[in-house]
Amino acid sequence: MTVLTVPMAETGTASITRRTRVLRRLRRNPLAVASFVVLALAGVIALLSPWLAPYSVDQTDFARTFAPPGTAGHLLGTDDLGRDVLSRIMLGARASLQVGLLAVATSLVIGVPLGLAAGYFRAWDAVISRFTDLLLAFPFLIMAVGLAAIRGASLGNAAVAIGIAQIPGVIRVVRSDTLRLKSLDFVAAAVVDGASDLWVLARHILPNATSVILVQATVAIPAAILGEAVLSFLGLGIQPPAPSLGTMLATAQQFAARAPWAAVLPGVVIMGLALAFNVFGDALRDALDPKGDRR
Amino acid sequence: MARYLLTRAWQSALTLLLSTIVVFVGVRALPGDPALALAGEDRSPEALEAIRRHYGLDQPLPVQFAQYVERMVQGDFGVSIRTGTPVSSMLTTALPVTVELSVLAILIAAALGVGAGVLAAVRRGRPAEWLANGLALIGLSVPHFWLGLLAILYLSVATGLFPASGFVPILEDPVDNLHHIVLPAVILGTGLAAIIMRQTRSAMLDSLSSDYVRTAKAKGLRPRAVITRHALRNSLIVVVTVVGLQLGGLISGAVVTEQIFGLPGFGKMTIDAVFQRDYPVIQAVVLLTAAAYIVINFFVDLLYSVIDPRIRVTGDPA
Repeated sequence: MTVLTVPMAETGTASITRRTRVLRRLRRNPLAVASFVVLALAGVIALLSPWLAPYSVDQTDFARTFAPPGTAGHLLGTDDLGRDVLSRIMLGARASLQVGLLAVATSLVIGVPLGLAAGYFRAWDAVISRFTDLLLAFPFLIMAVGLAAIRGASLGNAAVAIGIAQIPGVIRVVRSDTLRLKSLDFVAAAVVDGASDLWVLARHILPNATSVILVQATVAIPAAILGEAVLSFLGLGIQPPAPSLGTMLATAQQFAARAPWAAVLPGVVIMGLALAFNVFGDALRDALDPKGDRR
Repeated sequence: MARYLLTRAWQSALTLLLSTIVVFVGVRALPGDPALALAGEDRSPEALEAIRRHYGLDQPLPVQFAQYVERMVQGDFGVSIRTGTPVSSMLTTALPVTVELSVLAILIAAALGVGAGVLAAVRRGRPAEWLANGLALIGLSVPHFWLGLLAILYLSVATGLFPASGFVPILEDPVDNLHHIVLPAVILGTGLAAIIMRQTRSAMLDSLSSDYVRTAKAKGLRPRAVITRHALRNSLIVVVTVVGLQLGGLISGAVVTEQIFGLPGFGKMTIDAVFQRDYPVIQAVVLLTAAAYIVINFFVDLLYSVIDPRIRVTGDPA
């Protein structure tokens, strides 16, 4: 028992000092701090949007359709049905984040175990590689088209389609990190010590692979947010009248001649969210890079 | 080399078979009677019976699958429920549009991405690098369909520089064809350009700090010659890699871009088919996309081993 706890305790302290170093690097990077603040703010607004939104998202006002931004009572104006644009953007951003997190959770739940297995067990590698190839052959939009044909279009199906399309990326990074960790001494020590494969994977490899998984998730969320916007824009994602930034843009396209400003705001919000995640993801990757300040 | 080719060919064939099975099973998971879905307008019992016999729907599943593969290989994808035209002839009119759009987008992306990537690596730590990096991050984060929408609003409608929608076949009028397709191609290319830029930049940074570049500099070569003849060579591999990996994204992007600009391509055909529940068309689209992805990636791998001889030896594209 003591033999087993010593290497574990060592990896434990190592990971704590590493964590403080990574956090320190992040705090010193102004871009990382700025993007984190934006994301935290967006998260709070998304969580509280049902209470924060000045109007109900379905509340129509046919006397005041296409009110431009700055109209009294409607800070960002109204849409073709006289609904408040600010309220719809808040709840639309909430839906974007929901799909982003749901899609990435889907890809991690399936991708991480497969990546671990592919990297750890030689016999499984070929089978999982063919599975990856198969998934790659169906781009997310085509996957969404198929799912929409079979099960109908919805927020959940859009998230599943995006999540499935993101599995290969997760498998690839987890597999290569598993291969790297497997060759390290502390894993060999655990194996010599009689630890089972499952124990080694769960207690030694997975905890050490969390940083690559974290980085992968941070870059996958903005991709999923963009994916949701595309699907909803095409009518394959969130269904009206539920608010979504993508469907807002689709409506704006129809009425672009009358209300060109409506085509700008939802896009800016989508881009802002994706940009914040991408900037933070870059900063996190740099902070986790043991080679230090190589940008 | 021969062994590597053989392995890759066998893997591609296996993936192709698996994806055909997935689509075959998916079609059977569609709501409703497949015979009804294939029948189109004529839904009399005799017509349905004829369809069941023609498509072997009364046979056991493995037999059905064999017949299914046989039909697909012969290019028989059934008949569109909505228009009554064979799906194969719809494809022959739609595909050239999408192929032209995608090829043009890749060319634009490669030019922009490699250019900006080299600039960022060479001007390390200068404003030019920050600008290139910032633009690449925005390129990764911007919804491209939105850019397309803005381009139509502020470039086509407002100034009339480009047509807002529509398409002219290249054989009819090459100049007008280009006029219609250049804006969509630029929009589709920007996302890919951002990825190529980031990869080119990091590949260039690696090779600029390598021994062979130092040797070239020490020989007294002009900086321009060092960059173009020695360091830049690797960026060809970067472009091929990114195009291979991002092919799925490119196909998805083409679908959206066509929808926005009203180009009568593969993508518009796909979206119309979903809303009209045109199952034979959806099936053909899904299957063909998978097949195209697998075949193109096989050729990308071949190209790899031509460009980078190391892969022929290890058999493992890094």
